[in-house]
Amino acid sequence: MTDRILTVRMEAHPTDSHTMARYEATGGYAALRKALAMKPEDIVAEVKASNLRGRGGAGFPTGVKWGFLAPTRPRYLVINADESEPGTFKDRQLLERDPHQLLEGIIISSFAIDAHHAFVFVRGEYPRSARRLQQAVEEARAAGYLGRGILGTGFDLDVTVHLGAGAYICGEETAALNSLEGRRGEPRIKPPFPAVAGLYAKPTIVNNVETIANIPWIVMNGGAAYNAIGPEGSRGTRLLSLSGHVANPGNYEIVMGMSWRDLIFGIGGGIPNGKALKCWIPGGASAPWFTPDLLDTPVTLDDIAKNGSMAGSGAVVVMDETTNVVAAAWSIVRFFSHESCGQCTPCREGTTWLQRILERILAGQGRPSDVDLLLDVCDNISPGLRWPPAQTTICPLGPSAVSPITSIMKHFRDEVVAMIPGAVTAGV
Amino acid sequence: MSDPIKLTVDGREVTAPGGQLLIKAAEEHGTYIPRFCWHPRMKPVGMCRMCLVEVEGPRGKVLVTSCTTPVAEGMVVHTKSDVVKKAQEGVLEFLLVNHPLDCPVCDKGGECPLQDQTLSHGPGESRFVEEKRHFEKPIAISELVMLDRERCILCARCTRFSDEISGDPLIEFIDRGNHTQINTFPDEPFASYFSGNTVQICPVGALTATPYRFRARPWDLEAVESTCPQCSVGCRVSVQASQNQVLRLIGVDVDATNQGWLCDKGRFAFEHLRAPARLSTPLVRGADGELHEAGWGEALDLIASRIGAVIAERGPAAVAGLGGARSTNEEAYAFGKLLRGVLGTGNLDASLGDDPGAALLAGVPHRATIDDLERAKTILVWGPDLKEELPVLHLRVRRAATALGADVVVVHPRATGLDRDAAHVVRYRPGEGAATLQRLAAGEGDLAAVRAALDTGPVVAIVGRTGLAESADLADAVAAFALTLADAKVMPVARRGNVLGAIDMGVHPHLLPGRVAASDAAARAALAAAWGCAVAVPGRDTSGILSGMADGSIAAVLLLGCDPVADHPDRKAAAAAFDKAPFLVSLDLFLNESNRTADVVLPVDTFTEVEGTMTNLEGRVQKSNRIVPGVGASRPVVEILEDLAARLGGSIGAGAAAIAKEIALVAPAYAAVSWEALDWGRGRDGIVVAEGPFTHTPERRATDPSVGALTLHLGRVLYDGGTMITAGPSLARLAPEPAAHLHPDDASRLGFAAGDRVTVTGNAGSAAMAVAIDPTLARGTVYLPFNLGASIGNGLEVKVEK
Ligand SMILES: Cc1cc2nc3c(=O)[nH]c(=O)nc-3n(C[C@H](O)[C@H](O)[C@H](O)COP(=O)(O)O)c2cc1C
Ligand code: SF4
Ligand code: SF4
Ligand code: SF4
Ligand code: FES
Repeated sequence: MTDRILTVRMEAHPTDSHTMARYEATGGYAALRKALAMKPEDIVAEVKASNLRGRGGAGFPTGVKWGFLAPTRPRYLVINADESEPGTFKDRQLLERDPHQLLEGIIISSFAIDAHHAFVFVRGEYPRSARRLQQAVEEARAAGYLGRGILGTGFDLDVTVHLGAGAYICGEETAALNSLEGRRGEPRIKPPFPAVAGLYAKPTIVNNVETIANIPWIVMNGGAAYNAIGPEGSRGTRLLSLSGHVANPGNYEIVMGMSWRDLIFGIGGGIPNGKALKCWIPGGASAPWFTPDLLDTPVTLDDIAKNGSMAGSGAVVVMDETTNVVAAAWSIVRFFSHESCGQCTPCREGTTWLQRILERILAGQGRPSDVDLLLDVCDNISPGLRWPPAQTTICPLGPSAVSPITSIMKHFRDEVVAMIPGAVTAGV
Repeated sequence: MSDPIKLTVDGREVTAPGGQLLIKAAEEHGTYIPRFCWHPRMKPVGMCRMCLVEVEGPRGKVLVTSCTTPVAEGMVVHTKSDVVKKAQEGVLEFLLVNHPLDCPVCDKGGECPLQDQTLSHGPGESRFVEEKRHFEKPIAISELVMLDRERCILCARCTRFSDEISGDPLIEFIDRGNHTQINTFPDEPFASYFSGNTVQICPVGALTATPYRFRARPWDLEAVESTCPQCSVGCRVSVQASQNQVLRLIGVDVDATNQGWLCDKGRFAFEHLRAPARLSTPLVRGADGELHEAGWGEALDLIASRIGAVIAERGPAAVAGLGGARSTNEEAYAFGKLLRGVLGTGNLDASLGDDPGAALLAGVPHRATIDDLERAKTILVWGPDLKEELPVLHLRVRRAATALGADVVVVHPRATGLDRDAAHVVRYRPGEGAATLQRLAAGEGDLAAVRAALDTGPVVAIVGRTGLAESADLADAVAAFALTLADAKVMPVARRGNVLGAIDMGVHPHLLPGRVAASDAAARAALAAAWGCAVAVPGRDTSGILSGMADGSIAAVLLLGCDPVADHPDRKAAAAAFDKAPFLVSLDLFLNESNRTADVVLPVDTFTEVEGTMTNLEGRVQKSNRIVPGVGASRPVVEILEDLAARLGGSIGAGAAAIAKEIALVAPAYAAVSWEALDWGRGRDGIVVAEGPFTHTPERRATDPSVGALTLHLGRVLYDGGTMITAGPSLARLAPEPAAHLHPDDASRLGFAAGDRVTVTGNAGSAAMAVAIDPTLARGTVYLPFNLGASIGNGLEVKVEK
């Protein structure tokens, strides 16, 4: 059974997997030829049948999203390559090591949704990714895969590679659209969703790099074949970015369903320096943390959700027993406070307040009331402190800053309390 | 909005138009949801998060912002649940985390939505113990507006206003997250004609206007609703005063006219009311040739005896009156009655030759209302740059173009404030208006698409003088053309606040009160019966009066709030007339270019000091109210005129209230108008008087003169040298320097660069000024802003030399 889709070429040809020559020599653009001979709606049907779910964080079924497009034209495809969540570095590898795979996916997807202009919003700190992709675009245009009358068909497509200006929030799809339009990178109120009114208020599909990189394989092999890989709800393969206190950090393309133990201790090589595992973040900085009692649960989207967190963007961050969890939470909260776009009062003010309370605790100036205060400020950003979170904000960034705090309060409350002079550990 | 739907708000079933925003639907049914960023006249942004409510959905209750959520059939909404209350308290606590709470020294204190909603919906105390965010404060972002970024709650009302409503987005957020702040662009101040509106709608004391800063506490203010007199749009205002001094004007939201907005001239010009130069006592010219303070009795006796003598010696036709366009209808009526009835002269005119003509103003068929712009598909603007002359009308046209999808066609010699939002822009040289109209009407050449656009009705044509060098006949011709368009209405525009009202009150040689032709002997007889005295036959208009002054046939002139030497398009001719020194009486607020040679100057009460009505450019009669006394010995115009009438053996009526009743009786168009019916309050938007009985059929008789290589465009700017601008400290410094604007091609052909000193020579003289380059100007045109000090006459022929 196939256990890798996206990284086969780059593993086999580490020096030139990004070039057109290598791409074509290894079967590249065959899927495009096949797709152009299909009816667009049949491609959408294959993507639906594949049960491919978005890799940008929310895990929304891609074929279903494409089906939401409003009938009006023009339509746009926007590829989200903003990848800025701490611990996530998988899209970069796809962009730099196999840009044609993404590009072929873009061309097929555009054909499927009848878009004639696609945009790739690349994280500002990824100039190399943008260069590689731009080079691929130029090669593809020269080879007749892009431009007017692609491969002799009536299909026209242009691809614009846009380098962002260094704001994490532009990874939120509507903020990316604003930024592309030259506005402030701020999330929009939804509805309307991009599929109805997106870029320049036209129907727009926003998909993650990894999501679209899967499309050529699906077209080549059929949706059913893709749907046969991996457990239900987590079909296909997935690129996980493993980092933190593991012996072998890096990107790993896996078929989901293995246990966390296999991932962290098998693939990841375990915790270095003989230390014990304390906890890990299963799906990016916004995800609630897991503790070793969940080591034998399966790594699937649904199991992670059932256990109160999310697979998110595929960033797994491992923390060993020496980790100061308050400092770790502070570091994440500071990130979100720094990256808040500032529109919503609770996010703009609340995340900064949380950061400053944690700073006080870390400086030994915590107050006994801070434990309740932290949780109540969190509650005012994400009422009920539920999972999946409710929010008083426009986008989920605000509630993202809540996850590390609720995580440390749930699992390590005693450690927090111990750092606060005069606070009393709840005795049993 | 679509058909009504039913929803449940806090357990109560209510009906609302489909698509209406929840916050508004709830409010209309008596449930007020707290808010900061939402403003009913702007698109929602959902930023402050104060208006959160719970809506029941398939997956349980969700918190949504009611300002961004449209109502839907069967929606179940909770606005006061525990979750909602907690969220609202949370938002308020967050807003206060970094708020300086300098309420004791904040102008907003006492009328601050942040204070009020903290009291009604906020937590009792803050748990924030760290140092607050600091910014340098306040910083001046324009000559009129100060910004305090510590107080700002980042609601985007000001930025949205500038972007959506006024279309000059000179303020914007910079930075991000907790460092987000309002700012201007480098080297570009917030120089908007509409900046005061942002101060008015800022929900905190972050934006303050220099004229009001630290002047009063809201609870010490008295307020009265009134009508802005600064131009003929007639915006509804709340005049607010303390200790007998007007301190600020606030725009009142009425659908019909200003929709809450004011221009900065209307908002801040009130400063002239207490300017040191304002006249506070009668002045009489002494034997030494100087004006001296005098008592009312002395001054009025002198006027009565001198005018009486002129009438006795030379007959009433040697007496004339000019003015009334800045007065109330009651004052204008009294002025007309004094002249026509008591003095027996038909020489009177409220229009100073700078408008499209009294006949068109008063008698246009199919007159458009401002609200017709809401339904117009096509709007033709061939007249002044509305942004410079009728600013809030500019906002209404802009709204039609940007929010309601109307196609705007602008015809003007240079770029106007509307061009950016216009579907078509036509440029032409002054002096080639008739030919341009001919080409437009025929859809010739590049005007074919413009002509085609005008075929989509309803059409509103806004017609007036593009500049003062062009003949007023052109406006008439444009109106005539517009009336041939499908489903068209015409809005003739003139700038001065009550020019239409004064004409309607009969301050015109050919019109009696109520737009009745003065040539109609039966109408004069009917009026004579009502007045109890003879009514003079038609006499001279403004230009006739000026030439009569120049040739000596007019020996006594009364000026009512009027300065022809500054405002008449042919300023040199006006000055020459006034230099002949007839017996001159001026009722005014200030000494000006015309009354500096007067024999008697009488100080009058004005806007905010008298009660009365005004008629705006739609023919909408609105109420003006009194809130402060005049200054020193100043008196209401109607009382002065009545005292004068009495001394001359007549009477014009005792007081403005009585005169208002008389107007309704004798002026047919005003029969339904009464102070009671106009009293401000909910739903009272004034009364639009019916057309007629006098009607005027516009004609395409304008012809183009032959002009040379350069022709003059004498346009107006909002902040000119007018006394109401120059007397107040805030606006005075905003008036630009006079300059001769040239198209770059003309400038290079003539060898001039920006800033060069040149001499501009017109039909009545020369003036030295700097060259400015204006690439938007029609080639072969010199643009000179009118009334900024320099005067060269208003002939089209002009020369520019080193
Ligand atoms: C704060 C925030 C940041 C995000 N950053 C990214 C990102 O960097 N890359 C990405 O693909 N999706 C990101 N997303 C998710 C996108 O909004 C969107 O759901 C995704 O691009 C859709 O693609 P998919 O359906 O292929 O997953 C972010 C979402 C939020 C709320
Ligand atoms: S939640 Fe934060 S990042 Fe998202 S829109 Fe609101 S302020 Fe911006
Ligand atoms: S200055 Fe006032 S209106 Fe503008 S964003 Fe701040 S609080 Fe809102
Ligand atoms: S537009 Fe005219 S009436 Fe309105 S505020 Fe300005 S000057 Fe006054
Ligand atoms: S009033 Fe609705 S979010 Fe501000």
